[in-house]
Amino acid sequence: MLEISDLSFRVSDEGQQKGILRGVSLTIPDRELVVVTGPNGGGKSTLARLIAGVETPTGGTIRFNGTDITAASITERARMGIAYAFQQPVRFKGLRVLDLLRIAAGRRLDVSAACEYLSAVGLCAKDYIDREVNASLSGGELKRIEIATVLARRARLSIFDEPEAGIDLWSFQNLIQVFENLRRNIRDSAILIISHQERILAVADRIIVIQEGRVLRQGPRDEILPTLIGTASAVRACRQAEQGGAE
Amino acid sequence: MKQLDEIQLRLLREVADLHGVPEGAYNIRANGASAARATTANIDIVTKTDRPGIDVRIKAGTRHESVHIPVVLTESGLKETVYNDFHVGRDADVVIVAGCGIDNCGNQDAQHDGIHRFWLEPGAHVKYVEKHYGSGDGRGKRILNPVTELWMDENSSMEMEMVQIKGVDDTERTTRAELKAGARLLVRERLMTHGSQRAISVYSVELNGAGSSADVVSRSVARDDSYQKFDAKILGNAPCSGHTECDSIIMDRGRILAVPGLEANDLDAALVHEAAIGKIAGEQLVKLMTLGLTEAEAEEQIINGFLK
Repeated sequence: MLEISDLSFRVSDEGQQKGILRGVSLTIPDRELVVVTGPNGGGKSTLARLIAGVETPTGGTIRFNGTDITAASITERARMGIAYAFQQPVRFKGLRVLDLLRIAAGRRLDVSAACEYLSAVGLCAKDYIDREVNASLSGGELKRIEIATVLARRARLSIFDEPEAGIDLWSFQNLIQVFENLRRNIRDSAILIISHQERILAVADRIIVIQEGRVLRQGPRDEILPTLIGTASAVRACRQAEQGGAE
Repeated sequence: MKQLDEIQLRLLREVADLHGVPEGAYNIRANGASAARATTANIDIVTKTDRPGIDVRIKAGTRHESVHIPVVLTESGLKETVYNDFHVGRDADVVIVAGCGIDNCGNQDAQHDGIHRFWLEPGAHVKYVEKHYGSGDGRGKRILNPVTELWMDENSSMEMEMVQIKGVDDTERTTRAELKAGARLLVRERLMTHGSQRAISVYSVELNGAGSSADVVSRSVARDDSYQKFDAKILGNAPCSGHTECDSIIMDRGRILAVPGLEANDLDAALVHEAAIGKIAGEQLVKLMTLGLTEAEAEEQIINGFLK
């Protein structure tokens, strides 16, 4: 369980103090898939970075499974069981997909186990396992590999920052299945997804709306989702495709 | 075989992956003298009479054979220049493993300058691996100045893998090549320098025949106060294609100079140079740390992958 209380993050922008997050309090309980949505620039990605330890908050506390981790390093948080899929995956010259999955798993993952994680994100494993995680991979391929590394972590809390960004429509359908499967096998873990895709919001147990650095609304999906339909917080991937094809 | 000591055997493992006597032809040089040699029906090794070194003659059509010519130095103060000439016959296909390991525990410099010359006859193919390694805690420097010269006849090809990861204080590598029609040269250099080491790598490749090509790629890491210079020049004197690339990571106070040099003397010469030098991207470290590695472990993974 992740408990965030009164979290704030201020940056100095040309001498002006700017509050990216302003007193955010929320809880991500175990056995729940929570989606954080809200307009762009509202502070959603910053929240993910603060939870993973990539940024340090200017105020407030973060507790994970009862431990105050506000001052813990990225590595410490990762080892405590927090996994984080970047919105923009990183490229590595020389590191192979298999290497990255092995680091993520924290053990000598055999090739067939590694392939399962790739298959789960819709990649043909044998074509990718030995590929370098470099510029030869497309944005969509990298994004799916990024998600596979988080799956391989088998973390207590998995954070996905806009997992659908840069993924084509065909893969998007698969992505929804990935999250549905994750939800089904959630056991004692928790999942936090940052997204304003309606289809992803529909998988959530709970939805939190963040706007201008504050929690605007939060509650069960069935309560929150109807209030978001048609707004920037719940966007459809592609109306035409969902209705069954082109004009 | 002359008895090699523990240190010499360790150096052999580092530079030639040799755990014992290699298969095929070999010549092991230890502290300025030949320690062991073997020839095969197709590969002959003869000691030069006019200066230190050997002539290696590979018969035309020789397939799937290898030649190992490692050099180990464990004597402080020893300086040598050795000439190794390779004559590779028509359509031969061989692997040549050279390499030099220096262990210098003394206070005098130990230096090995290997001059390797290759004559590739038409259609010959050589895979050439050269590793450099230094160890020892003496104040004397470990110095290696290899010179490689290639004369490549029509449709011959050469793949060169040069590796220097540890312990060589000062190195100045010079590689010169002349290629005839259809000849192909591929170079992969991997280099890491530490401390106050200095490494200079100079390439000069002349593409003289139609359809000849060269691809020279260097990946390197400069740590601590070390300095590297990568100077790669390709001359396109015929319809040909040439590519050089320097991809480097700098750490601490390391410095790297990449000097591109392309000269097109034919309208159909297509020449490309790429160079990228920079520190490890912060986001790469962060990504690996979110997977549970410490910053130092992340750094090591990134560098190992980069130099693999």
